[in-house]
Amino acid sequence: MTKPRWLLAELTYRCPLQCPYCSNPLDYVAHSNELTTDEWKRVFSEARAMGAVQLGLSGGEPLIRPDLPELVQHARNLGYYSNLISSGYGLDEPKIVALKSAGLDHIQISIQSPEKTLNDFLAGTESFEHKKAVAHLIKRHGYPMVLCVVIHRQNIHQMREILDMAVELGADYLELANCQYYGWALLNRDQLLPTQAQFIEAEAIAQEYKTRMAGKMKIYYVVPDYYEDRPKACMNGWGTTFLTIAPDGQALPCHEARVLPGLNCPNVRDYSIQTIWEDSPAFNRFRGDAWMPEPCQSCPEKHKDFGGCRCQAYLMTGDMYATDPVCGLSADRAKIDAAIAAANKDHTAATSRPLVFRHSRNSKIFVEKSQSPH
Amino acid sequence: MSDTPPPPTGNHGQLRSDCRLRFSPLHRLQWEDAQQKYVILYPEGMVELNPSAAEILKLCDGRSLDALVAALEAQFNASELKNDVTEFLEVALANGWIRQHDD
Ligand code: SF4
Ligand code: SF4
Repeated sequence: MTKPRWLLAELTYRCPLQCPYCSNPLDYVAHSNELTTDEWKRVFSEARAMGAVQLGLSGGEPLIRPDLPELVQHARNLGYYSNLISSGYGLDEPKIVALKSAGLDHIQISIQSPEKTLNDFLAGTESFEHKKAVAHLIKRHGYPMVLCVVIHRQNIHQMREILDMAVELGADYLELANCQYYGWALLNRDQLLPTQAQFIEAEAIAQEYKTRMAGKMKIYYVVPDYYEDRPKACMNGWGTTFLTIAPDGQALPCHEARVLPGLNCPNVRDYSIQTIWEDSPAFNRFRGDAWMPEPCQSCPEKHKDFGGCRCQAYLMTGDMYATDPVCGLSADRAKIDAAIAAANKDHTAATSRPLVFRHSRNSKIFVEKSQSPH
Repeated sequence: MSDTPPPPTGNHGQLRSDCRLRFSPLHRLQWEDAQQKYVILYPEGMVELNPSAAEILKLCDGRSLDALVAALEAQFNASELKNDVTEFLEVALANGWIRQHDD
């Protein structure tokens, strides 16, 4: 059994923005019993003792936690490389300086679009100018600056402008993350999934900049798996590398794993990280390949992609053991093709449903739904 | 963008013998007990190093290529290391792990 290398600490589900592609659970308001400062420190210490070295501080918006500098300081003392994964909204120079002196290694901020109106519309909040100013401050204080832009049908036509913006802001890394369809993004898939032609065009532009900017800006292009014939090697294999801790202390083998019914993810309030990693049924459920059904079980590629994503399998087929339906060998591939067709069919303003934004009023509706009998 | 410092010379490209070599401020070089290895850490990534690569990078503290080779040869009581060291440093430069400075 390998040890965790990456600890993703989702410090809070609270967030001032309302991105309609947010990967947080739909019923996030039901999980608001956040870990305390001391509980987080214990989690960091125990995971570090097992060998975790990369620490992602995310959320929601991690800046909402007033104890963030204290947690960063603790992480630095333990020898973590700490990554703040933020929307950038709410960052200012004093905070940037305080986090730097606490030992923060890098800051990633996300921008919704290189165009103010669309950025502010998608974020649900006026935030564009502020985020750009924050990007400059991050650079000025000597952090590596990572810019993340989630790509979907509302902004994919701006690929060139997105890349130009990253160049202008002096990003050291640019993450072009094609939207993955979980959580709120799945809910809004018909409005978010681009066409294949759009993908091909956007990817060619990204490729052009990748060559041009080599040595100056690293561009990560997260491929849109719906248009692939093989699934992503999800989490580098279940329970091999990644450990996610949700705001309420649930330990998750992947940050979407809450959706899997009956998985019963353990809580750090009840168990040590070592017990969770090594002994919990949840972390052992999809380790190795014994659990795999056909066609994965006898497939020569099973150690390359591990049969794909368990959450996507469940969300699309209702069976968390199924082959990821993205795979061309899956009996359920037609479900992905149907989703593509549905999203591409008709999205004129008059007929399409408006985007559902991620905020607590909407989240409460999902909590009520999941509690009432169907 | 007048408020950002100018980029260091030769952040990529050819390794030059008249430059000072420094480990990149945007990366961290660290010993990992769990892996019994030196690693390079950077935003959301990690590279595991073999012992000789780690020794070379530890010496990227502002000295020149020749001074670095001399120090290594003394440390390991060896000679003719220059070709291997140069080859590795070119990889390090291309990956942004080290920078060349004119001053
Ligand atoms: S995706 Fe948007 S709404 Fe969700 S946590 Fe990030 S910034 Fe907040
Ligand atoms: S059948 Fe399973 S193991 Fe084979 S390529 Fe498809 S998802 Fe991967």
